[in-house]
Amino acid sequence: MNDLFEFSLRLGDDALVAAQRLGEWATRAPEMEEDIALANIALDQLGAARLLLSYAGEVEGAGRDEDALAYLRDDREFRNCLLVELPNGDFAVTMAKLLFLSAYQRSHYDRLVASSDERIAAIAAKARKESAYHLDHSSLWVRRLGDGTEESHRRMQDAVDAVWPYAYELFATDGLIDRLVERGVAPAPATLRDEWLSIVTAVLDEATLTRPDLSWAPTGGRDGVHTEHLSYLLAEMQVLHRAHPGAKW
Amino acid sequence: MTDPRAAVAAVVDPEIRVITIDELGILRAVDQDPATGRVVVTITPTYTGCPAMDVIRADIRRALTAAGHPDAEVRTVYRPAWSTDWISDRGREKLAAAGIAPPAPVRAGGVVPLTLAVRCPRCGSPETEQISRFGSTACKALWRCRSCSEPFDHLKAL
Repeated sequence: MNDLFEFSLRLGDDALVAAQRLGEWATRAPEMEEDIALANIALDQLGAARLLLSYAGEVEGAGRDEDALAYLRDDREFRNCLLVELPNGDFAVTMAKLLFLSAYQRSHYDRLVASSDERIAAIAAKARKESAYHLDHSSLWVRRLGDGTEESHRRMQDAVDAVWPYAYELFATDGLIDRLVERGVAPAPATLRDEWLSIVTAVLDEATLTRPDLSWAPTGGRDGVHTEHLSYLLAEMQVLHRAHPGAKW
Repeated sequence: MTDPRAAVAAVVDPEIRVITIDELGILRAVDQDPATGRVVVTITPTYTGCPAMDVIRADIRRALTAAGHPDAEVRTVYRPAWSTDWISDRGREKLAAAGIAPPAPVRAGGVVPLTLAVRCPRCGSPETEQISRFGSTACKALWRCRSCSEPFDHLKAL
């Protein structure tokens, strides 16, 4: 297995699945401005996903392009973290997920700018600027809801508690990551985790929320072992492409 | 036959039609092979997911064909990443004239967006507030002027 292909899939699938989930909010967000914001963030994620999956296809060299990788792989072939595939839940859950994801992506892309792989570095340089906006946006909402009414505080805390365990997987390491760290392609996950914790803890503190203890640490996404939620998400995302292969507008 | 650089530079952004792709800073290079006449245009997106890129590529080819250069290739590069600092002074004037507040300079090295006072493009008042940090296109935020009460778009510093 080509390490670089696999790594590009992990990054690209995180972005793609996050985009698809965020897109579900379109026409359903609590206010018009938020509807636009979530759609815009989804669009940024989709943009990064297209670059990363296109690159994965080139690296693989088997003739698969971004569409083939996005639409014609089954759930077990997806390499995204579990965090992004979790259902949107209420607005607080979506914001907790976005805070954790964007803090991770922002720090990760920041480091990847110095990657020994030029294409990954170029994509990261572009995507990190956008991640900064996503982090800013989700931080604002987490603070607003956490430090808001009794009800908003309760729901924000519930959301943080529910999503917290899934952040563990973002910084888990395996043979692939170890080899890529060695080659200077990827940053060491442990160093990323410290940075992530300090960003997220600062937001939670300001939001008067309690940082949960790690109760359990589900993983498996990087190996294609997902929650059942991904299969439904993919079914909706892929059905049109599969029903009309090669169709053009 | 006209100069390919001039032909491409005059292509307007499909979403903000008052500004050219050159003034917006997304046109990176126009090179012509003197032997074959083939033109290679290099552009970079404002945002990775910018849905206008396909239209921009098509518009560039159309402009080159009209200028007598049918043999053209449009390449997209991502590095260095586009910054609003690349918008020319002329471009900024045009944005303001169209009611879009131009971006503030990006803080050196920083990617954390800051909220500086954005002047209302209509009345010039600094008494403005952000309504939504995301606007009608990926590159804009929505603001409102507290002096003249008009809402306006603001190109986000990136």
